[in-house]
Amino acid sequence: MATQHSRSAARMMMAPAVVLLLGWMLVPLIMTLWFSFRRYMPLRPDIEPGWVGFDNYVRFVTSSSFWPSVQVTLITVGGALAITIVFGVLLAMLLDQPMWGQGVVRILVIAPFFVMPTVSALVWKNIFMDPINGLLAHLWRFFGADPVVWLSDVPLLSLILIVSWQWLPFATLILLTAIQSLDSEQLEAAEMDGAPPLKRFWFIILPHLSRAITIVILIQTIFLLSIFAEIFVTTGGAFGTRTLTYLIFQRVLESQNVGLGSAGGVYAIILANIVAIFLMRIVGKNLDA
Amino acid sequence: MARAVTTQRKTINTIAAWAVGLLIFFPILWTILTSFKTEAQAINDPPLFLFFDWTLENYAVVQERSDYMRFLWNSIIIAGGSTLLGIIIAVPAAWSMAFVPSRRTKDILLWMLSTKMLPAVGVLYPIYLLFIQFGLLDTRIGLVIVIMLINLPIIVWMLYTYFREIPGEILEAARMDGASLREEILYVLTPMAVPGIASTLLLNFILAWNEAFWTLNLTAAKAAPLTAFIASYSSPEGLFYAKLSAASTMAIAPILILGWFSQKQLVRGLTFGAVK
Repeated sequence: MATQHSRSAARMMMAPAVVLLLGWMLVPLIMTLWFSFRRYMPLRPDIEPGWVGFDNYVRFVTSSSFWPSVQVTLITVGGALAITIVFGVLLAMLLDQPMWGQGVVRILVIAPFFVMPTVSALVWKNIFMDPINGLLAHLWRFFGADPVVWLSDVPLLSLILIVSWQWLPFATLILLTAIQSLDSEQLEAAEMDGAPPLKRFWFIILPHLSRAITIVILIQTIFLLSIFAEIFVTTGGAFGTRTLTYLIFQRVLESQNVGLGSAGGVYAIILANIVAIFLMRIVGKNLDA
Repeated sequence: MARAVTTQRKTINTIAAWAVGLLIFFPILWTILTSFKTEAQAINDPPLFLFFDWTLENYAVVQERSDYMRFLWNSIIIAGGSTLLGIIIAVPAAWSMAFVPSRRTKDILLWMLSTKMLPAVGVLYPIYLLFIQFGLLDTRIGLVIVIMLINLPIIVWMLYTYFREIPGEILEAARMDGASLREEILYVLTPMAVPGIASTLLLNFILAWNEAFWTLNLTAAKAAPLTAFIASYSSPEGLFYAKLSAASTMAIAPILILGWFSQKQLVRGLTFGAVK
Protein backbone atom coordinates (compact mmCIF):
# COMPACT_ATOMS: atom_id res chain seq x y z
CA MET A 1 0.00 0.00 0.00
CA ALA A 2 2.67 2.50 0.98
CA THR A 3 4.83 3.70 -1.87
CA GLN A 4 8.56 4.29 -1.75
CA HIS A 5 7.79 7.97 -1.81
CA SER A 6 5.50 7.93 1.20
CA ARG A 7 8.00 5.76 3.07
CA SER A 8 10.78 8.27 2.77
CA ALA A 9 8.34 11.05 3.63
CA ALA A 10 7.37 9.09 6.71
CA ARG A 11 10.98 8.76 7.72
CA MET A 12 11.45 12.50 7.33
CA MET A 13 8.46 13.20 9.52
CA MET A 14 9.70 10.91 12.21
CA ALA A 15 13.22 12.31 12.17
CA PRO A 16 12.82 15.38 14.45
CA ALA A 17 11.20 13.41 17.28
CA VAL A 18 13.64 10.51 16.98
CA VAL A 19 16.74 12.70 16.76
CA LEU A 20 15.67 14.86 19.70
CA LEU A 21 14.89 11.91 21.95
CA LEU A 22 18.08 10.16 20.91
CA GLY A 23 20.07 13.25 21.87
CA TRP A 24 18.12 13.67 25.09
CA MET A 25 18.86 10.08 26.00
CA LEU A 26 22.46 9.67 24.85
CA VAL A 27 24.15 12.97 25.64
CA PRO A 28 23.35 13.15 29.38
CA LEU A 29 23.70 9.39 29.74
CA ILE A 30 27.20 9.37 28.30
CA MET A 31 28.10 12.38 30.43
CA THR A 32 26.82 10.65 33.57
CA LEU A 33 28.82 7.54 32.70
CA TRP A 34 31.89 9.66 32.07
CA PHE A 35 31.59 11.52 35.38
CA SER A 36 30.91 8.31 37.26
CA PHE A 37 34.43 7.12 36.53
CA ARG A 38 36.04 10.36 37.57
CA ARG A 39 36.90 12.21 40.75
CA TYR A 40 35.16 15.52 40.20
CA MET A 41 34.17 18.10 42.83
CA PRO A 42 33.66 21.51 41.24
CA LEU A 43 33.40 23.25 44.62
CA ARG A 44 36.73 21.87 45.84
CA PRO A 45 39.45 23.30 43.60
CA ASP A 46 42.08 21.75 45.85
CA ILE A 47 41.02 18.27 44.77
CA GLU A 48 42.38 17.42 41.34
CA PRO A 49 39.84 15.89 38.98
CA GLY A 50 41.00 12.57 37.65
CA TRP A 51 40.24 9.08 36.51
CA VAL A 52 39.34 6.71 39.35
CA GLY A 53 37.92 3.63 37.62
CA PHE A 54 35.14 1.94 39.57
CA ASP A 55 36.07 3.71 42.78
CA ASN A 56 32.90 5.84 42.84
CA TYR A 57 30.70 2.79 42.30
CA VAL A 58 32.32 1.00 45.20
CA ARG A 59 32.27 4.04 47.45
CA PHE A 60 28.63 4.77 46.70
CA VAL A 61 27.44 1.34 47.81
CA THR A 62 29.81 1.15 50.78
CA SER A 63 28.95 4.58 52.16
CA SER A 64 26.96 4.51 55.37
CA SER A 65 24.00 6.27 53.80
CA PHE A 66 23.54 3.84 50.92
CA TRP A 67 21.71 0.91 52.53
CA PRO A 68 19.44 3.09 54.64
CA SER A 69 18.46 4.95 51.47
CA VAL A 70 17.71 1.69 49.67
CA GLN A 71 15.61 0.62 52.63
CA VAL A 72 13.73 3.93 52.68
CA THR A 73 13.14 3.69 48.95
CA LEU A 74 11.78 0.15 49.19
CA ILE A 75 9.53 0.96 52.16
CA THR A 76 8.18 4.10 50.54
CA VAL A 77 7.54 2.54 47.14
CA GLY A 78 6.23 -0.70 48.65
CA GLY A 79 4.01 1.08 51.15
CA ALA A 80 2.53 3.46 48.63
CA LEU A 81 1.97 0.60 46.16
CA ALA A 82 0.22 -1.54 48.78
CA ILE A 83 -2.07 1.29 49.88
CA THR A 84 -2.93 2.50 46.39
CA ILE A 85 -3.56 -0.99 45.00
CA VAL A 86 -5.67 -2.28 47.91
CA PHE A 87 -7.74 0.86 48.25
CA GLY A 88 -7.73 1.38 44.50
CA VAL A 89 -9.35 -2.01 43.91
CA LEU A 90 -11.93 -1.43 46.67
CA LEU A 91 -12.69 2.06 45.45
CA ALA A 92 -12.94 0.98 41.82
CA MET A 93 -15.45 -1.73 42.78
CA LEU A 94 -17.45 0.78 44.79
CA LEU A 95 -17.47 3.35 41.99
CA ASP A 96 -18.55 0.68 39.53
CA GLN A 97 -21.80 0.15 41.48
CA PRO A 98 -24.97 1.93 40.44
CA MET A 99 -25.44 5.12 42.44
CA TRP A 100 -26.60 8.70 42.27
CA GLY A 101 -24.07 11.32 41.27
CA GLN A 102 -21.45 8.88 40.03
CA GLY A 103 -19.81 11.51 37.81
CA VAL A 104 -19.34 13.92 40.68
CA VAL A 105 -17.87 11.26 42.98
CA ARG A 106 -15.43 10.28 40.25
CA ILE A 107 -14.29 13.87 39.99
CA LEU A 108 -13.83 14.12 43.76
CA VAL A 109 -11.75 10.94 43.81
CA ILE A 110 -9.55 11.90 40.87
CA ALA A 111 -8.86 15.47 41.99
CA PRO A 112 -5.70 14.80 44.08
CA PHE A 113 -3.88 13.59 40.98
CA PHE A 114 -4.04 17.08 39.53
CA VAL A 115 -2.59 18.81 42.57
CA MET A 116 1.03 19.74 42.00
CA PRO A 117 3.44 17.77 44.24
CA THR A 118 4.79 20.81 46.05
CA VAL A 119 1.28 21.93 46.99
CA SER A 120 0.11 18.58 48.26
CA ALA A 121 3.31 18.05 50.25
CA LEU A 122 3.18 21.49 51.88
CA VAL A 123 -0.53 21.38 52.60
CA TRP A 124 -0.18 17.98 54.24
CA LYS A 125 2.93 19.00 56.13
CA ASN A 126 1.52 22.20 57.58
CA ILE A 127 -2.24 22.30 57.53
CA PHE A 128 -2.76 18.63 58.36
CA MET A 129 0.34 17.15 59.97
CA ASP A 130 1.60 20.07 62.02
CA PRO A 131 1.77 18.83 65.63
CA ILE A 132 0.36 22.06 67.10
CA ASN A 133 -1.97 23.69 64.61
CA GLY A 134 -2.52 20.85 62.16
CA LEU A 135 -6.01 19.53 61.62
CA LEU A 136 -4.95 16.02 62.59
CA ALA A 137 -3.56 17.40 65.86
CA HIS A 138 -6.96 19.03 66.55
CA LEU A 139 -8.62 15.71 65.81
CA TRP A 140 -6.28 13.79 68.10
CA ARG A 141 -6.81 16.30 70.93
CA PHE A 142 -10.58 16.13 70.41
CA PHE A 143 -10.40 12.43 71.22
CA GLY A 144 -8.12 13.16 74.14
CA ALA A 145 -4.98 11.73 72.54
CA ASP A 146 -1.55 13.29 72.27
CA PRO A 147 -1.01 14.71 68.79
CA VAL A 148 1.46 12.80 66.64
CA VAL A 149 4.54 14.68 65.50
CA TRP A 150 4.07 13.22 62.05
CA LEU A 151 7.10 14.22 60.04
CA SER A 152 9.71 13.59 62.71
CA ASP A 153 8.19 10.71 64.70
CA VAL A 154 6.76 8.67 61.84
CA PRO A 155 8.39 10.33 58.84
CA LEU A 156 8.15 7.38 56.47
CA LEU A 157 4.52 6.75 57.26
CA SER A 158 3.80 10.45 56.67
CA LEU A 159 5.62 10.39 53.36
CA ILE A 160 3.79 7.24 52.30
CA LEU A 161 0.44 8.81 53.24
CA ILE A 162 1.14 11.93 51.20
CA VAL A 163 2.34 10.01 48.18
CA SER A 164 -0.52 7.51 48.41
CA TRP A 165 -3.05 10.32 48.48
CA GLN A 166 -1.53 11.63 45.26
CA TRP A 167 -1.45 8.28 43.48
CA LEU A 168 -4.63 6.62 44.71
CA PRO A 169 -6.67 8.45 42.03
CA PHE A 170 -4.43 7.08 39.29
CA ALA A 171 -4.74 3.49 40.51
CA THR A 172 -8.48 3.85 41.04
CA LEU A 173 -9.08 5.30 37.61
CA ILE A 174 -7.10 2.61 35.78
CA LEU A 175 -8.67 -0.19 37.82
CA LEU A 176 -12.13 1.28 37.32
CA THR A 177 -11.55 1.31 33.57
CA ALA A 178 -10.52 -2.32 33.77
CA ILE A 179 -13.49 -3.34 35.95
CA GLN A 180 -15.91 -1.73 33.55
CA SER A 181 -14.73 -4.05 30.81
CA LEU A 182 -15.70 -7.09 32.91
CA ASP A 183 -18.56 -9.05 31.46
CA SER A 184 -21.36 -8.64 33.99
CA GLU A 185 -23.08 -11.83 32.84
CA GLN A 186 -20.23 -13.86 34.18
CA LEU A 187 -20.74 -12.31 37.60
CA GLU A 188 -24.45 -12.84 37.43
CA ALA A 189 -24.01 -16.48 36.52
CA ALA A 190 -21.71 -16.92 39.49
CA GLU A 191 -24.19 -15.17 41.73
CA MET A 192 -27.02 -17.40 40.57
CA ASP A 193 -24.89 -20.47 41.18
CA GLY A 194 -24.67 -19.27 44.74
CA ALA A 195 -21.08 -18.07 44.85
CA PRO A 196 -20.68 -15.77 47.86
CA PRO A 197 -19.35 -12.22 47.22
CA LEU A 198 -15.87 -13.01 48.51
CA LYS A 199 -15.55 -15.95 46.14
CA ARG A 200 -16.86 -13.89 43.23
CA PHE A 201 -14.24 -11.29 44.03
CA TRP A 202 -11.43 -13.79 44.38
CA PHE A 203 -12.18 -15.98 41.37
CA ILE A 204 -13.69 -13.57 38.86
CA ILE A 205 -12.95 -9.92 39.59
CA LEU A 206 -9.36 -10.23 40.79
CA PRO A 207 -8.17 -12.45 37.91
CA HIS A 208 -9.81 -10.05 35.49
CA LEU A 209 -7.96 -7.16 37.11
CA SER A 210 -4.59 -8.86 37.31
CA ARG A 211 -3.27 -7.27 34.14
CA ALA A 212 -4.42 -3.79 35.09
CA ILE A 213 -2.93 -4.25 38.56
CA THR A 214 0.38 -5.28 37.05
CA ILE A 215 0.40 -2.19 34.86
CA VAL A 216 -0.48 0.10 37.77
CA ILE A 217 2.32 -1.45 39.82
CA LEU A 218 4.89 -1.00 37.05
CA ILE A 219 3.95 2.55 36.09
CA GLN A 220 3.65 3.71 39.68
CA THR A 221 6.94 2.08 40.61
CA ILE A 222 8.71 4.06 37.93
CA PHE A 223 7.15 7.32 39.13
CA LEU A 224 7.48 6.50 42.85
CA LEU A 225 11.16 5.60 42.54
CA SER A 226 11.80 9.18 41.51
CA ILE A 227 9.59 11.16 43.91
CA PHE A 228 11.47 14.28 44.77
CA ALA A 229 9.41 17.38 45.50
CA GLU A 230 7.49 15.65 48.29
CA ILE A 231 10.73 15.05 50.20
CA PHE A 232 12.31 18.34 49.16
CA VAL A 233 9.61 20.49 50.76
CA THR A 234 8.69 18.32 53.76
CA THR A 235 11.81 16.96 55.42
CA GLY A 236 14.59 17.82 53.00
CA GLY A 237 15.82 14.27 53.44
CA ALA A 238 16.04 14.51 57.23
CA PHE A 239 14.51 12.09 59.76
CA GLY A 240 15.41 9.07 57.65
CA THR A 241 13.42 9.98 54.57
CA ARG A 242 16.38 10.02 52.24
CA THR A 243 15.49 7.85 49.28
CA LEU A 244 18.00 6.76 46.69
CA THR A 245 16.83 9.55 44.40
CA TYR A 246 17.24 12.12 47.13
CA LEU A 247 20.63 10.80 48.14
CA ILE A 248 21.89 11.16 44.58
CA PHE A 249 20.42 14.66 44.37
CA GLN A 250 22.28 15.63 47.55
CA ARG A 251 25.55 14.15 46.33
CA VAL A 252 25.31 15.85 42.95
CA LEU A 253 23.86 19.28 43.65
CA GLU A 254 24.17 19.95 47.37
CA SER A 255 27.67 18.66 48.02
CA GLN A 256 28.68 18.71 44.35
CA ASN A 257 30.49 15.41 44.57
CA VAL A 258 29.69 14.80 40.94
CA GLY A 259 31.67 11.61 40.46
CA LEU A 260 30.07 9.84 43.40
CA GLY A 261 26.60 11.14 42.57
CA SER A 262 26.92 10.07 38.96
CA ALA A 263 27.82 6.54 40.00
CA GLY A 264 24.65 6.61 42.12
CA GLY A 265 22.77 7.91 39.09
CA VAL A 266 23.94 4.94 37.05
CA TYR A 267 22.61 2.62 39.76
CA ALA A 268 19.27 4.44 39.67
CA ILE A 269 19.11 4.11 35.89
CA ILE A 270 19.80 0.39 36.07
CA LEU A 271 17.15 -0.04 38.78
CA ALA A 272 14.53 1.85 36.78
CA ASN A 273 15.36 -0.15 33.68
CA ILE A 274 14.73 -3.44 35.43
CA VAL A 275 11.18 -2.27 36.15
CA ALA A 276 10.84 -0.73 32.72
CA ILE A 277 11.66 -3.96 30.89
CA PHE A 278 8.62 -5.67 32.40
CA LEU A 279 6.38 -2.74 31.57
CA MET A 280 7.64 -2.57 27.99
CA ARG A 281 6.90 -6.26 27.49
CA ILE A 282 3.26 -5.79 28.41
CA VAL A 283 2.91 -2.63 26.35
CA GLY A 284 4.67 -4.28 23.42
CA LYS A 285 2.38 -7.28 23.49
CA ASN A 286 -0.59 -4.97 23.46
CA LEU A 287 0.72 -3.19 20.37
CA ASP A 288 0.61 -6.43 18.39
CA ALA A 289 -3.00 -7.10 19.30
CA MET B 1 -29.54 -8.33 30.85
CA ALA B 2 -29.12 -5.59 33.36
CA ARG B 3 -29.26 -6.51 36.95
CA ALA B 4 -32.19 -5.16 38.86
CA VAL B 5 -30.90 -2.93 41.61
CA THR B 6 -33.00 -2.21 44.61
CA THR B 7 -33.33 1.39 45.68
CA GLN B 8 -32.06 0.41 49.07
CA ARG B 9 -28.83 -0.97 47.66
CA LYS B 10 -28.37 2.04 45.44
CA THR B 11 -28.80 4.32 48.44
CA ILE B 12 -26.15 2.46 50.40
CA ASN B 13 -23.78 2.61 47.43
CA THR B 14 -24.39 6.31 47.04
CA ILE B 15 -23.75 7.11 50.69
CA ALA B 16 -20.60 4.99 50.83
CA ALA B 17 -19.17 6.37 47.60
CA TRP B 18 -19.90 9.98 48.50
CA ALA B 19 -18.39 9.53 51.95
CA VAL B 20 -15.18 8.11 50.49
CA GLY B 21 -15.12 10.67 47.68
CA LEU B 22 -15.49 13.58 50.10
CA LEU B 23 -12.83 12.13 52.39
CA ILE B 24 -10.35 11.94 49.52
CA PHE B 25 -11.28 15.40 48.28
CA PHE B 26 -11.26 16.88 51.78
CA PRO B 27 -7.63 18.13 51.85
CA ILE B 28 -8.32 20.15 48.72
CA LEU B 29 -11.63 21.45 50.04
CA TRP B 30 -10.03 22.37 53.36
CA THR B 31 -7.20 24.22 51.61
CA ILE B 32 -9.69 26.23 49.58
CA LEU B 33 -11.74 27.05 52.69
CA THR B 34 -8.66 28.01 54.69
CA SER B 35 -7.62 30.42 51.97
CA PHE B 36 -10.67 32.54 52.82
CA LYS B 37 -9.97 32.69 56.55
CA THR B 38 -7.82 35.09 58.52
CA GLU B 39 -4.57 33.66 59.85
CA ALA B 40 -6.04 33.46 63.36
CA GLN B 41 -9.16 31.67 62.16
CA ALA B 42 -7.03 29.27 60.13
CA ILE B 43 -5.52 27.74 63.26
CA ASN B 44 -8.61 28.07 65.46
CA ASP B 45 -9.31 25.15 67.77
CA PRO B 46 -11.90 23.73 67.17
CA PRO B 47 -11.40 24.18 63.42
CA LEU B 48 -13.89 26.48 61.71
CA PHE B 49 -15.66 24.80 58.86
CA LEU B 50 -18.01 27.21 57.11
CA PHE B 51 -18.94 29.78 59.70
CA PHE B 52 -16.13 32.28 59.72
CA ASP B 53 -15.68 35.76 58.28
CA TRP B 54 -14.88 35.08 54.66
CA THR B 55 -12.10 37.29 53.40
CA LEU B 56 -10.14 37.74 50.18
CA GLU B 57 -7.31 39.42 51.98
CA ASN B 58 -4.88 36.47 51.64
CA TYR B 59 -5.07 36.53 47.88
CA ALA B 60 -4.14 40.19 47.84
CA VAL B 61 -1.29 39.61 50.30
CA VAL B 62 0.14 36.71 48.28
CA GLN B 63 0.10 38.72 45.09
CA GLU B 64 1.58 41.77 46.74
CA ARG B 65 4.31 40.06 48.69
CA SER B 66 5.63 37.66 46.09
CA ASP B 67 4.36 38.87 42.75
CA TYR B 68 2.26 35.78 42.15
CA MET B 69 1.41 36.84 38.60
CA ARG B 70 5.02 36.48 37.51
CA PHE B 71 5.15 32.83 38.64
CA LEU B 72 1.78 32.18 37.08
CA TRP B 73 3.00 33.64 33.82
CA ASN B 74 6.15 31.48 33.97
CA SER B 75 4.01 28.39 34.54
CA ILE B 76 1.78 29.24 31.60
CA ILE B 77 4.74 29.89 29.30
CA ILE B 78 6.63 26.76 30.37
CA ALA B 79 3.68 24.36 30.38
CA GLY B 80 2.06 25.86 27.28
CA GLY B 81 5.28 26.33 25.33
CA SER B 82 6.63 22.87 26.03
CA THR B 83 3.33 21.22 25.16
CA LEU B 84 2.84 23.13 21.92
CA LEU B 85 6.42 22.52 20.83
CA GLY B 86 6.03 18.84 21.69
CA ILE B 87 2.83 18.57 19.66
CA ILE B 88 4.43 20.25 16.65
CA ILE B 89 7.29 17.75 16.74
CA ALA B 90 5.14 14.74 17.59
CA VAL B 91 2.27 15.11 15.11
CA PRO B 92 4.31 14.27 12.00
CA ALA B 93 6.05 11.42 13.80
CA ALA B 94 2.83 9.92 15.14
CA TRP B 95 1.13 10.43 11.78
CA SER B 96 3.78 8.53 9.90
CA MET B 97 3.90 5.72 12.45
CA ALA B 98 0.12 5.32 12.39
CA PHE B 99 -0.39 5.48 8.64
CA VAL B 100 2.88 4.33 7.12
CA PRO B 101 3.95 1.71 9.64
CA SER B 102 7.14 -0.17 8.96
CA ARG B 103 8.66 -3.19 10.61
CA ARG B 104 10.52 -0.94 12.98
CA THR B 105 7.57 1.22 14.07
CA LYS B 106 6.88 -0.88 17.14
CA ASP B 107 10.51 -0.84 18.21
CA ILE B 108 10.71 2.92 17.77
CA LEU B 109 7.57 3.45 19.84
CA LEU B 110 8.85 1.22 22.62
CA TRP B 111 12.25 2.86 22.54
CA MET B 112 10.63 6.30 22.84
CA LEU B 113 8.71 5.04 25.83
CA SER B 114 11.93 3.76 27.38
CA THR B 115 13.43 7.26 27.33
CA LYS B 116 10.53 8.30 29.57
CA MET B 117 11.68 5.73 32.12
CA LEU B 118 15.11 7.29 32.50
CA PRO B 119 15.24 8.56 36.10
CA ALA B 120 15.73 12.30 36.04
CA VAL B 121 18.16 12.26 38.93
CA GLY B 122 20.49 10.02 36.92
CA VAL B 123 21.06 12.78 34.40
CA LEU B 124 20.69 15.74 36.75
CA TYR B 125 24.29 16.89 36.70
CA PRO B 126 24.84 16.66 32.93
CA ILE B 127 21.70 18.67 32.28
CA TYR B 128 22.67 21.16 34.97
CA LEU B 129 26.12 21.50 33.40
CA LEU B 130 24.74 21.88 29.87
CA PHE B 131 22.33 24.51 31.15
CA ILE B 132 25.22 26.48 32.63
CA GLN B 133 27.29 26.08 29.46
CA PHE B 134 24.50 27.34 27.23
CA GLY B 135 23.29 30.02 29.64
CA LEU B 136 19.94 28.28 30.05
CA LEU B 137 19.91 28.06 33.84
CA ASP B 138 16.89 29.90 35.24
CA THR B 139 15.48 30.68 31.80
CA ARG B 140 12.03 29.81 30.55
CA ILE B 141 13.31 28.60 27.20
CA GLY B 142 15.55 26.07 28.95
CA LEU B 143 12.65 24.62 30.89
CA VAL B 144 10.41 24.63 27.84
CA ILE B 145 12.97 22.43 26.08
CA VAL B 146 13.55 20.03 28.98
CA ILE B 147 9.89 19.57 29.81
CA MET B 148 9.04 19.18 26.14
CA LEU B 149 11.61 16.39 25.96
CA ILE B 150 10.38 14.54 29.03
CA ASN B 151 6.79 14.64 27.78
CA LEU B 152 7.54 14.01 24.11
CA PRO B 153 7.26 10.20 24.43
CA ILE B 154 3.81 10.52 26.01
CA ILE B 155 2.71 13.02 23.37
CA VAL B 156 3.86 10.77 20.52
CA TRP B 157 2.18 7.77 22.12
CA MET B 158 -1.13 9.46 22.74
CA LEU B 159 -1.27 10.93 19.26
CA TYR B 160 -0.31 7.56 17.80
CA THR B 161 -3.17 5.79 19.57
CA TYR B 162 -5.62 8.48 18.44
CA PHE B 163 -4.38 8.49 14.86
CA ARG B 164 -4.59 4.73 14.68
CA GLU B 165 -8.30 4.95 15.30
CA ILE B 166 -8.74 7.01 12.16
CA PRO B 167 -9.66 4.55 9.39
CA GLY B 168 -6.88 4.39 6.81
CA GLU B 169 -9.38 3.78 4.02
CA ILE B 170 -10.55 7.38 4.20
CA LEU B 171 -7.01 8.58 3.56
CA GLU B 172 -6.63 6.15 0.69
CA ALA B 173 -9.88 7.34 -0.83
CA ALA B 174 -8.61 10.92 -0.65
CA ARG B 175 -5.38 9.83 -2.29
CA MET B 176 -7.32 8.08 -5.07
CA ASP B 177 -9.25 11.26 -5.66
CA GLY B 178 -5.93 12.94 -6.31
CA ALA B 179 -5.33 14.72 -3.03
CA SER B 180 -1.70 15.62 -2.48
CA LEU B 181 0.01 14.75 0.77
CA ARG B 182 -0.43 18.31 1.96
CA GLU B 183 -4.13 18.38 1.10
CA GLU B 184 -4.58 14.97 2.63
CA ILE B 185 -3.14 16.15 5.91
CA LEU B 186 -4.84 19.53 5.85
CA TYR B 187 -8.36 18.65 4.74
CA VAL B 188 -8.85 15.00 5.57
CA LEU B 189 -6.66 14.09 8.49
CA THR B 190 -6.66 17.28 10.54
CA PRO B 191 -10.41 17.58 11.09
CA MET B 192 -10.52 13.97 12.26
CA ALA B 193 -7.43 14.34 14.40
CA VAL B 194 -8.36 17.54 16.20
CA PRO B 195 -10.15 15.90 19.15
CA GLY B 196 -7.20 13.58 19.76
CA ILE B 197 -4.71 16.42 19.50
CA ALA B 198 -6.78 18.53 21.88
CA SER B 199 -6.89 15.73 24.46
CA THR B 200 -3.16 15.21 24.15
CA LEU B 201 -2.59 18.92 24.56
CA LEU B 202 -4.75 19.02 27.67
CA LEU B 203 -3.17 16.11 29.52
CA ASN B 204 0.37 17.12 28.70
CA PHE B 205 -0.26 20.69 29.72
CA ILE B 206 -1.34 19.34 33.10
CA LEU B 207 1.71 17.09 33.41
CA ALA B 208 4.00 19.96 32.45
CA TRP B 209 2.28 22.34 34.87
CA ASN B 210 2.84 19.96 37.77
CA GLU B 211 6.38 18.90 36.87
CA ALA B 212 8.45 19.41 40.01
CA PHE B 213 11.90 17.97 39.53
CA TRP B 214 13.43 20.05 36.77
CA THR B 215 11.47 23.17 37.64
CA LEU B 216 12.84 23.04 41.19
CA ASN B 217 16.40 22.23 40.21
CA LEU B 218 16.91 24.42 37.16
CA THR B 219 15.29 27.69 38.21
CA ALA B 220 16.03 30.40 40.72
CA ALA B 221 14.27 33.75 40.82
CA LYS B 222 13.61 34.64 37.19
CA ALA B 223 12.06 31.62 35.51
CA ALA B 224 10.54 29.90 38.54
CA PRO B 225 7.03 28.59 37.88
CA LEU B 226 4.32 27.95 40.48
CA THR B 227 5.83 24.65 41.65
CA ALA B 228 8.92 26.52 42.81
CA PHE B 229 6.87 29.44 44.12
CA ILE B 230 4.93 27.09 46.41
CA ALA B 231 8.15 25.38 47.49
CA SER B 232 9.33 28.76 48.80
CA TYR B 233 6.68 28.38 51.52
CA SER B 234 8.50 25.34 52.92
CA SER B 235 10.29 27.52 55.46
CA PRO B 236 7.43 28.84 57.58
CA GLU B 237 7.38 32.39 58.84
CA GLY B 238 4.92 33.11 61.64
CA LEU B 239 1.30 32.39 60.87
CA PHE B 240 1.05 31.51 57.24
CA TYR B 241 -1.63 28.81 56.78
CA ALA B 242 -4.16 31.13 55.18
CA LYS B 243 -1.57 32.60 52.85
CA LEU B 244 -0.19 29.17 51.98
CA SER B 245 -3.74 28.06 51.24
CA ALA B 246 -4.45 31.04 49.04
CA ALA B 247 -1.23 30.51 47.09
CA SER B 248 -1.97 26.78 46.78
CA THR B 249 -5.53 27.37 45.67
CA MET B 250 -4.38 29.73 42.95
CA ALA B 251 -1.74 27.25 41.80
CA ILE B 252 -4.05 24.25 41.55
CA ALA B 253 -7.41 25.76 40.60
CA PRO B 254 -6.79 26.12 36.85
CA ILE B 255 -5.42 22.61 36.64
CA LEU B 256 -8.23 21.05 38.69
CA ILE B 257 -10.71 22.48 36.24
CA LEU B 258 -8.72 21.30 33.21
CA GLY B 259 -8.14 17.97 34.91
CA TRP B 260 -11.83 17.25 35.21
CA PHE B 261 -12.07 17.43 31.44
CA SER B 262 -9.17 15.09 30.93
CA GLN B 263 -9.97 12.12 33.18
CA LYS B 264 -10.57 9.82 30.22
CA GLN B 265 -7.33 10.83 28.53
CA LEU B 266 -5.47 10.13 31.73
CA VAL B 267 -5.93 6.40 31.32
CA ARG B 268 -4.91 6.45 27.68
CA GLY B 269 -2.03 8.83 28.18
CA LEU B 270 -0.40 7.17 31.15
CA THR B 271 -0.89 3.50 30.38
CA PHE B 272 0.27 3.70 26.78
CA GLY B 273 -2.78 1.88 25.50
CA ALA B 274 -2.22 -1.09 27.79
CA VAL B 275 -5.51 -0.61 29.65
CA LYS B 276 -8.69 0.04 27.74
